[in-house]
Amino acid sequence: MTALLEVSGVTKSFDGFRAINNLSFSIGAAELRAVIGPNGAGKTTFMDIVTGKTRPDRGQVLWGERSQSLLKMSEAQIARAGIGRKFQRPTVFEDQSVADNLTMALKAPRGPFAVLRWKPSGASAARVAALAGEVGLADRLTRKAGELSHGQKQWLEIGMLLAQEPRLLLVDEPAAGMTLAEREQTTTLLRRLAETRAVVVVEHDMDFVRRLDCKVTVLHQGAVLAEGSLDHVSANPEVIDVYLGR
Amino acid sequence: MLIRKHPSAMVFLALLAIFTIAVTLMSEAYGSGLVPTSTVKTLGKTLCLALAAVAMDLVWGYAGILSLGHMAFFALGGYMIGMWLMYARTGEIVAATLANAPIPPTPDELRQGITGQIFGVVGSADLPLTWSFAGSLPAQLVLVLAVPGLLAFLFGWLAFRSRVNGVYLSILTQAMTLALSLWLFQNDNGFRGNNGLSGLQNIPGLTDVPQSVISIWFLWASALLLAGGYLLATWLTAGKFGSVIRAIRDDETRVRFLGYPVEGYKLTVFTISAMICAAAGALYYPQAGIINPAELAPIASVYLAVWVAIGGRGRLYGAVIGAVVVSLLSSWFTGGRAPDLDLGFYRVAWVNWWQVLLGLGFVAVTLFAPRGLSSLVDALAGLRPPRRMGTDLGPDVGALREKEAEA
Repeated sequence: MTALLEVSGVTKSFDGFRAINNLSFSIGAAELRAVIGPNGAGKTTFMDIVTGKTRPDRGQVLWGERSQSLLKMSEAQIARAGIGRKFQRPTVFEDQSVADNLTMALKAPRGPFAVLRWKPSGASAARVAALAGEVGLADRLTRKAGELSHGQKQWLEIGMLLAQEPRLLLVDEPAAGMTLAEREQTTTLLRRLAETRAVVVVEHDMDFVRRLDCKVTVLHQGAVLAEGSLDHVSANPEVIDVYLGR
Repeated sequence: MLIRKHPSAMVFLALLAIFTIAVTLMSEAYGSGLVPTSTVKTLGKTLCLALAAVAMDLVWGYAGILSLGHMAFFALGGYMIGMWLMYARTGEIVAATLANAPIPPTPDELRQGITGQIFGVVGSADLPLTWSFAGSLPAQLVLVLAVPGLLAFLFGWLAFRSRVNGVYLSILTQAMTLALSLWLFQNDNGFRGNNGLSGLQNIPGLTDVPQSVISIWFLWASALLLAGGYLLATWLTAGKFGSVIRAIRDDETRVRFLGYPVEGYKLTVFTISAMICAAAGALYYPQAGIINPAELAPIASVYLAVWVAIGGRGRLYGAVIGAVVVSLLSSWFTGGRAPDLDLGFYRVAWVNWWQVLLGLGFVAVTLFAPRGLSSLVDALAGLRPPRRMGTDLGPDVGALREKEAEA
């Protein structure tokens, strides 16, 4: 199996502090992966590097079948290449309706002039309605996103990610602030998504990771400490050390 | 289709048509003469300013780019049309003088005569290179849009590419308009220095038409241009393009992660808006009669932002209301027609105190009625702000504030 994303030897320092230290990571085209690690392990910086928000000092980030380097691409180009990102806090466009939010996210040409020429069609409206149905917002299409509850905003953002049809989905702490029922729904959705694409879940919550039942990568001080099934990594003495303190 | 989806555009166009017809019927040229020609000119100029405000609202109210240099584009449009007006009009006069000579003048002699007339005042005998096309109306009309458009494109490309945002961008736009103004002030740069271009109210070929008639024609042209610009802006802000630029205003980082090239959008909006401003300026200055580099002073662009803020940003009719109300009030107060206010111990002369009043009004609007004058319209239409416990609609500096938004 060839890797969809391959990060190798990446290092990034902020004012002398090594947030990412010679990190290597790879994920296949249809795989679910949990990335765990204590605070400051470099989880967020890792996502920033993959999505183009932060440029690493050293190393390579290669994408897709043609092993394209992501390091020379802008955030928008990387997003268009097929990497979607879900932030920890829900970030939707609050002044705009749920339908507008989803329409903006729909996979379509992104350039200003293409968008000026773009017209809503029966197909695009149906797709928006289907996506809204999938995330339980079918009756809120015309409402402004700012009126939604915290949980509904999370779902709207997930709907927007689905609309983008990414090949790799980076999800930052999806379980934060969710009820037990919502967590179960989220787990099911993430596992279903991972059947057709790569999904990386960054999470704190070991219980949630256990539910995901997938390969786990443990980060510590900006590098991979252990990788394997959850049972395998939690048996690793170094991991126990990091999580339980010395 | 556009109008059916945006009834406010329809209402606006209807009001504009009624206004134009009413002024025409009361004008000296075509009606009862109730409205003097000077007032017709003021009204025509006000329509041009309203269009500039619509352009400003497009960049600031919709895309969140607080440009404080937009009047540079407005004035450049004026300069471009002014060059033709002055050249062609001087040409007519020179030709008439030389017609009495025993030998008909050659084109070269004609050009020498025109150059002497226009540039004698700054002590130059050569026609500057920038005036190469001044004899051709179509060429100058193209330049009206092309020169400000190109300037906006270059400026925007440099600024947006480096991700200059917020206050820094505003300062940069101020620097742009100031630099351009100082450059135009130089006598040897071919734009007659601080003399500017004058006599622009005399339209070449229409010498026999009285100003009362010409002023009405310009009023019609200004109304048509405003209608066109308003529809263009409505079209731009409706639909997905509008969605994307409003999203950029509220949270541009998120828009990037959706895959939209944010810089490209900002550049597109900025350039289109500059060109709308330039077209408005090209109709404004023939009605004003004169243009000089002081028109590009940074304060002019700040006023433009104040109009949009007082009218209510993020809604096109707000920009028009703000520009019309404030600029008409301004010309009433500064025109010396407002009666002085006698407080017993002090006489408030409005010519001096108007600016203070405007400043207080601006502060009051910002603090108490962020939607500005358009909150009156919104109250009639039953629009309410959302309840968000004081949080803005996005993390960016340009994002709509709670009270500016609609529920």
